[in-house]
Amino acid sequence: MDYIGKSNLRVDAYAKVTGNAKYSADLAPRDAYIAKVLHSTIANGEVVSMDVSEAKKVPGVIGVFTCFDVPDVEFPTAGHPWSVEESHQDIADRKLLNKRVRLYGDDIAAVVAEDNVACDRALKLIKVEYKEYPVHTDARSMLNDKDAPVLHPNWRKDNIIAHTAFNSSEYFNYDEVKKNAITKYGEENLIEVVKNVKTPRISHSHIELPVSYAYVDANGKVTVVASTQIPHIGRRVIAQALNIPWGKVRVIKPYIGGGFGNKQDMLYEPLNAWLSVKCGGHPVLLEISREETIVCTRTRHPMDGDLRALATKDGRLLCRELINYSTNGGYAAHGHSITAKCAGIFKNLYRDELGVRSEAYTVWTNAPTSAAMRAYGVPQAVSFAETLTDDICVKGGFDPYKFRMDNICDENTSAGGAMFYTYGLKKCMEIGAEKIGWTKKREEYKNQTGPIRRGIGMCCFIYQTAVAPIALETSTVRMILNQDGSMQLSIGATEIGQGADTAFTQICAESTGISPDKVFIMSSQDTDVTPFDTGAYGSRQTYVTGNSIKECGILFKKKICEYALTMEEEKSLAGKKIDDLDVFENYVVDKNTKEKLVSLEKLSTTAFYSFKHNQHITAEKTTDITTNTFASGCTFVDVEVDMPLGIINIKDIISVHDSGTLINPALATAQVHGGMSMSLGYGMSEELILDPKTGKPYNDNLLEYKIPTAMDSPDFKVEFVVMKDPTGGYGNKALGEPPTVAPAVAIRNAVLNATGIGFNEFPLTAQRLVHEFKEKGMI
Amino acid sequence: MFDISFLYEAKDVKDAIKKLTENENSEIVSGGTDVLIRVREGKDAGMGLVSIHNIDELKGIKQDSNGNIIIGAGTCFYNINHNEIIQKHIPSLGEAVNTVGGPQIRQTGTIGGNICNGATSADSASTMTALEADIVLEGPNGERIVNIKDFYTGPGKTVRDRCEVCKCFVIKKENFENYFGYYFKYGKRKSLEIATLGCSVLVKLNSSKDTIDDVKIAYGVAAPTPSRAPSAEAFAKGKKLTENFLEEFGEKALSDMKPRDSWRASKEFREQLIKEMAKRSLVNSIRRAGGKIEYYV
Repeated sequence: MDYIGKSNLRVDAYAKVTGNAKYSADLAPRDAYIAKVLHSTIANGEVVSMDVSEAKKVPGVIGVFTCFDVPDVEFPTAGHPWSVEESHQDIADRKLLNKRVRLYGDDIAAVVAEDNVACDRALKLIKVEYKEYPVHTDARSMLNDKDAPVLHPNWRKDNIIAHTAFNSSEYFNYDEVKKNAITKYGEENLIEVVKNVKTPRISHSHIELPVSYAYVDANGKVTVVASTQIPHIGRRVIAQALNIPWGKVRVIKPYIGGGFGNKQDMLYEPLNAWLSVKCGGHPVLLEISREETIVCTRTRHPMDGDLRALATKDGRLLCRELINYSTNGGYAAHGHSITAKCAGIFKNLYRDELGVRSEAYTVWTNAPTSAAMRAYGVPQAVSFAETLTDDICVKGGFDPYKFRMDNICDENTSAGGAMFYTYGLKKCMEIGAEKIGWTKKREEYKNQTGPIRRGIGMCCFIYQTAVAPIALETSTVRMILNQDGSMQLSIGATEIGQGADTAFTQICAESTGISPDKVFIMSSQDTDVTPFDTGAYGSRQTYVTGNSIKECGILFKKKICEYALTMEEEKSLAGKKIDDLDVFENYVVDKNTKEKLVSLEKLSTTAFYSFKHNQHITAEKTTDITTNTFASGCTFVDVEVDMPLGIINIKDIISVHDSGTLINPALATAQVHGGMSMSLGYGMSEELILDPKTGKPYNDNLLEYKIPTAMDSPDFKVEFVVMKDPTGGYGNKALGEPPTVAPAVAIRNAVLNATGIGFNEFPLTAQRLVHEFKEKGMI
Repeated sequence: MFDISFLYEAKDVKDAIKKLTENENSEIVSGGTDVLIRVREGKDAGMGLVSIHNIDELKGIKQDSNGNIIIGAGTCFYNINHNEIIQKHIPSLGEAVNTVGGPQIRQTGTIGGNICNGATSADSASTMTALEADIVLEGPNGERIVNIKDFYTGPGKTVRDRCEVCKCFVIKKENFENYFGYYFKYGKRKSLEIATLGCSVLVKLNSSKDTIDDVKIAYGVAAPTPSRAPSAEAFAKGKKLTENFLEEFGEKALSDMKPRDSWRASKEFREQLIKEMAKRSLVNSIRRAGGKIEYYV
C-alpha cells in the first residue's frame, strides 16, 4: 500500500494551529441576534404561568418566547439513522421548550436580543410560577417510588424506557445454574462473587461548546450552521421539530472543536432554527455556556449494576449475571440503545461455561439527559465485567492475566451480527503483560505493608466497529476531477477533531492513485451539497465511509482510465486496453510495468476542454455496510497508592489495541492518548453531582467538575497489534472510541492489587479511598 | 460582552479611592481573575469597575531599611515567585502562589486580590497567615495597617471597606529570618485547582539543628477563614527531632480546626488531610531547615 500506514501530517494542521480555521461562531454574521435560554429551577413539575412583560421592556430585546408559544410537536433528538419502521424510530418526547419540566435546567423560555447583556438582563426579569412534583435523580429511586409521576405518559405507563434481558440461552437462570453447579462440583470447589458497581454521570467536555446560528435564506430555506457531528440527521430532526418538509432545512457543519457523542444528538439547533423563523428569518446565534452544556445537553449514563459470578476453584468461569439500572435523565434521547449495548458487551466479553444473564433497565429520571458518549455504554459494561473478574481472581487466588487468557472471549465469538474477522485480543494481552513487566511485578508487590503501596492491574475490552446490522450503515462519496489533475473529495462523514479528513484523504489517495497533496477534501458538510452519510459516531467512519471512499475511488479511477483510452494523440496509450491501465502517483500507468503513460494533469485538462471528447470526470458511490467486526485490546497499569492522602500515582500505563490496519499511525496513537486521558477522568476524578433532593447540580463548571489536566497525565504508552481485517476498506477496525474503555478499570484493579481493596464505585476519588482505608483500619 | 456599567482606569491610589467613593455601585478590579468571573455569573453584573491594574506604585517587592519585606498588592503571582527577595527569604510563599490556577492566571492574578477576596482557599492566604503579614489599606479616611489575623471576618468577608485600596503587605524580618517553610496544596488535580485543603508551615530549628525552636502552622479551607493551629504550635516547640511527636502534632492541629461536611469533601476526609498534611508539611520544613527526621515520605 502506498498511502495507507503513513503518518501524514493532518490536512487541517496549519489551519487549526494558526487559528485560521473557522468554527460556527466565527462565521455568524456580525448583525446576528443573540439568543439565550431560560432554564427551570425545579427538577420535576409544570410551568403554570410565565410573566415576560418586564423582560420585553429591556432595551435591545427583540423577542421573548416561552413554552406556551412553541409548536405542539414532540420530536426525537438522537443521532440515529431514521427508520422507516415505526417500531424502530426514536422516542419523540421533547418540545422546543417544555411546560412539563423534567430536570433541573429544563428549557422553558428563550430571549432573543441584540446582544448578550440584554439577553441576560431580560432572563432575570422573567417571572415563573411552577407546580412541583417529587424528584428522583437516579433509576433505582425512581423505580422504587410506585407513586412517582410518569414523566412521559404519551410513551409509557411508567418511567421505564425499556427493560430487556440478553441471556446465553432462553432458559438461563443464575440460581438454577448455581444449584446444578453445586451438585456437580461441590460447594467447596466453587467461588462466588456478589456485588454492586456504580459508574458516574460524566460530561463530554469538548472544547467548543454547542453553538449554532440560524437564518432563513432568501428562498425560504431554514438554514442552520452548527457544531454538530451529524449534519444530515440534523436536517431531519430540525424539520420534524418545526413540522416542515425535510427539504426545507439546510444544515452546514464547519470545523468543529470536538463532540465525543454529545453532538451526536440534536441539542439547541432546532430551537435556534425556530427562533430565527420567529424573528423573520434574521440570523440568530445561540451559543450556550459551559454550565448549560454540562447540565442541559447530554451526559454519559450513570449505571448501577448488581453482579454475581460463579467460578471453579481451578479457575474456570462458570456463569455471570448483571442486573443493570441505567439512569437516562429527563428525556429519552438515544432511548435504550446505550444500556442495551452495555448489556451485550458484558455478556460477550467472556466465555461463561454455563451461561450468562445480562438484564437492563433504562429509566427516565429528573436528571440531566444521558445519551451517547464516547464508547456508548461500553466503559460501563467493562467496569462491571472487569472489576468482577479481578474480584473472582482475588477470591480464588488466580493470576488475573492467566484467568483472562483461559476465560476471555475467543476468535469464535459472534453476537448481534458482529464477529472477529481478525482476532488480536490475546496477542494484545501478551504484549501488554510483557511491556509492563506483569509476572515480575505481581511477585514483587506481594505482601506489602505500610502507608504507600504499589500495585499492578489490567483490563480488557471488545468493541464493535460501527452499528450494523442493528442500524443502517450507509455512506455516499463523491469525487470530482479538477482541470489540473487534482480532485475534490466530498463526503457526508464529519471531521470533528479526530483526524477523519486526514484518514479519508489517505484512503482516497490509495484507491485513486492521486497523491494526498492533490486530494482536496471538503471538510465542511452542507446538506444541500454534500452526499448523504449519517455522521461521526460509533467508531464507524473510517470503516463505513472508508469502504465507500475505496469503492468510489475504484470507480473514479476506472473513469479516468476509460477517458485515457479516448486520447488518440497519446502514442504511449496506443493499443492499450482498459485492463492494462492503472493510476499511480498522478499518472495513468501500465498496470504491470508501472510505466507512466499520461499525466493526470494533461488528461484532465484535455477532458475539460476537448472538442472531441469533452467530459467532466466525476464519480459517486453509495456503500451500504452490513458486516461488523470486533476490535479489542487491553490496558495495563502500575500504580503507587499513597493511602493516608488517598492519592493514586500512575507509575506506568500502556494500552494495546487490536484495530486492524492503521491508516495513519501517528493519528491512531494520538487517538489512544486522548482516550486514555479521558478514561483517567472517568476512573479517578470526574462526576457530575446532583443534590438528590432537588436535582440541582453542584459542580456544573470546569473548576468543580474535575477533568484531569496535562499535569495529571502520565506518559501514555501505546502499542498496536496490526492484523489486516478483511471487512475494513484497507484492513482497518474501530479505534475512535475503544481507547477510552479500559484504563479506568485497569487502575481500579491495580489499586486492588496494591491495597486489597476492590473499589466498586467510580471514580476512585481520594475521599472514597480514604473512607475505605479508614473503615478497614488501614490508616 | 461583560455586563458592567463602566471601567475606570485609576491614575493612582487616591484617584481610585475618589472614584469608588463617588460611585456606590462600584468595586475594585485588578487582575480580574475573580471579579470578572463574578460579573459573568451575574453576581456582580451591572457594577462599575475601578481598575488599579496600571498603578505602578502597587507593584513590586522590596526590603526596607529594617529588612522587612514589602510586597506590592498589585504584584502578580508569577512575579512574586520569580522575585529574588522572595526566593531568598520566603521561598515557600513563592511556591504557594505558584500553585494558583494555571500559567495564564498567575500572570494576571495578584496577591492583593487573592487576600482581599477573603477566600479561605486562597493559595497565598495560609502562608501569609503563618508569616503574620501586615496589610496596608488606604481609604477616604487615610491609611491603616491591619494584621492578617484580624483581617478575615468570615467566608469571603474581610474588614476592608469597599472604598479602601489594599496597597501592600509587610512581612517583618523577625517573622521570616531563620524560618524555613513548606506549602502543601491538596487538590483533586495538580493544576487549575482550588485547594481542598492548604497547609503552610514555617519552622525554626536551634543551631545544632536537632530541636524545634519555633513552628507556625496555618491552614486554608480547614475553617471558614485562614487559621493558625496554636495548640499544635505550642506542642511542637522545644521538641527534639528524635522524639516521636509527629502523630500528636497532627492530632493537635486537628483539634484547632473546624472542618465541615460538604459535597466537595466530607468531614472525615478533611480531618484525615488536616492531620496528614500537618505532619508532612512539618517534616518537609524541618528537612529544608537542615534537620534530620524520620518519616515515610
